[in-house]
Amino acid sequence: MRDVLSVCTYCGCGCGLYLHVENNQVVGASPSRNHPVSRNNLCVKGWHVHEFIHSPDRLSDPLVRKDGRLVPVSWNEALDVAAAGLKGVKERYGPDRIGVLSSAKCSNEENYILQKFTRAVLGTNNIDHCARL
Amino acid sequence: MAGLATTFGSGAMTNSINELDHAQVVLVSGSNTTEAHPQVARRIYGCVDRGAKLIVIDPRRTKIARYADLHLQLRPGTDIPLLNGIMRSIIDENLVDDLFIEMRTENFFAMRDMLLQIDLDQVAATTNVSKCMIRQAARIYAQAQRSVICYCLGVTQHICGTSNVQSYANLAMLTGHVEQEFTGVDPLRGQNNVQGACDMAALPNVLPGYQSLDDPGVRNKFKQSWGVELPKTQGVTLLDMTHGGSVWSEGFEQLPEPIRAMYIMGENPMLSDPGIKHVEATLRDLDFLVVADIFLTETAVLADVVFPAASFAEKIGTVTNSERRVQLMNQAITPVGNSRTDDKIIAGIASRFGYDMEYESSAEIMEEICLLTPLYGGMYHDRLKGSWGLQWPCSDRTHDGTQYLHKYSFTRGRGRFEPGDHVEPAEPLSEEYPFLLITGRAYHHYHTGTMTRRSHTLVREHDRPYIDMHPEDGKRLGLQRGDMVQVDSRRGTCNFTVKLTDQMAPGELYCDFHFHEAPVNTLTISCSDPVARCPEFKICAVKAEKVAL
Repeated sequence: MRDVLSVCTYCGCGCGLYLHVENNQVVGASPSRNHPVSRNNLCVKGWHVHEFIHSPDRLSDPLVRKDGRLVPVSWNEALDVAAAGLKGVKERYGPDRIGVLSSAKCSNEENYILQKFTRAVLGTNNIDHCARL
Repeated sequence: MAGLATTFGSGAMTNSINELDHAQVVLVSGSNTTEAHPQVARRIYGCVDRGAKLIVIDPRRTKIARYADLHLQLRPGTDIPLLNGIMRSIIDENLVDDLFIEMRTENFFAMRDMLLQIDLDQVAATTNVSKCMIRQAARIYAQAQRSVICYCLGVTQHICGTSNVQSYANLAMLTGHVEQEFTGVDPLRGQNNVQGACDMAALPNVLPGYQSLDDPGVRNKFKQSWGVELPKTQGVTLLDMTHGGSVWSEGFEQLPEPIRAMYIMGENPMLSDPGIKHVEATLRDLDFLVVADIFLTETAVLADVVFPAASFAEKIGTVTNSERRVQLMNQAITPVGNSRTDDKIIAGIASRFGYDMEYESSAEIMEEICLLTPLYGGMYHDRLKGSWGLQWPCSDRTHDGTQYLHKYSFTRGRGRFEPGDHVEPAEPLSEEYPFLLITGRAYHHYHTGTMTRRSHTLVREHDRPYIDMHPEDGKRLGLQRGDMVQVDSRRGTCNFTVKLTDQMAPGELYCDFHFHEAPVNTLTISCSDPVARCPEFKICAVKAEKVAL
């Protein structure tokens, strides 16, 4: 078993915690003793932050709608369909008819990449996230 | 955010969470801190134990309100008159910090003229808070050296949210309770990286680090780095995307050119946005919808393409907490199943547009952020590794981060007083809809519940949608604890299990939005603050009746 230092994914407090890993599975979480926010303490959500990670409901394969139903496909096919769909709308209506929602649950790097994609590739400033909700 | 940006120049917590340890007075407003920000509450309880005074402004008698020296149980939506009343008392009792106002602020005379018009009796009548309580709150807050204001969505989720926030900023400036250690104005942020998503400009009106879209120098810098000309016109906000479409929605102007396609990363507007019926109609009407998420959410089932994303344990990356602390999450395991991290998914699409977004690692992405964003100038992964993170602003590799903001001067130069006036809630109560519904969050769950509701321990603690009601109202409706109650607004219907509690004032109800079985946002109103576009989640008119079994 090994411990990996991470940050709790639930609220804006940003508690430092250790994820306990066994055979590529996260099996537990515990607070970091010296972290300035958590100070050896977590709330109930933090103590159980690992429980959703290996939920059987996790999406595993990309899905594409075919004949009204979402069916599993390869990554290449899903990326092709997604790119073609966005391109189609951009060409037909212009870039400002595409909207992008980023996520306050994703990392800074991912948020940066998505807004760069929106502005540099799609060519619109229509990007927002749930800060107001 | 817009509120603090106009008054102070920077929309973030001015202090660090640990500074609360040394506060003499904490004013908590519109925050159920104990449940929503447990670590902040822990600091507050600690400093109260050591003799600090606690003032709570909240229509509900929350756990933290029970520990307060003074609980101002105001009528929902009357923050502005209440704050104006407190500020008027401060002027009357000569507790104003004249030197601070003279040296650090502007527009004070407009503020003073407005406050001198305020009639405390009228304030008491509007807010349901007695004159004596208002005066006491003013004295406690203004007389201490180190007073801190903590506020949350109870302040912002109103049609006058921006003005509410400005009122708290006015109060802090009036008494000089800002720009120093242990005293300031602290908006508590909800999601783990909502501060970071704002900093990274997942916003329609700014570039990373809140750099201006219109500044030619900034535009040129990004053009050099990204190799393309940046779009000029401001984008539309989330609510305009989900409500401004081809489907008409109350309080929204239809966009002349509604959105036809969307890419949604890790969000679930089908539960989290107000007026869900409109959101659903808008999303169904799109030509093309892509969703990337870790679960098949209520939003993902409507998509044309769904990408399986990796969770926080499966990637390296940084998140920014409420106190502006940028911290590194290390990768614990490889992505579950065939899922991929979101940056890889986006790079895959970008390459099909002929644009290269392949980075070697997340550290390389952060390097680009550091070079383009002065706020994050020194946030390199190698510096964050083996530390507890750095607080922005952090301009370069030698900068140690910033514990509290606005030292010596505000980000915008001088702090600006923005006098505010009372705005009545968008939807008044009526005979048919006599109850006022407040929505919020619960301790055991998180946002739309996609993660917490798959966590068996948390589900064991809280497994169904509850609604809180005052025992008197319960009695009148013939309800006992555990009965089912049907709640209707002009927009929708939900069923809840009733909890009778004196946390609520009579005539007010409270529920959370974590449960898809009771999609609370079918009830809420879509009206929002005109500046910040923050919906009025805290007030809508409903009726309630017992469900016959």
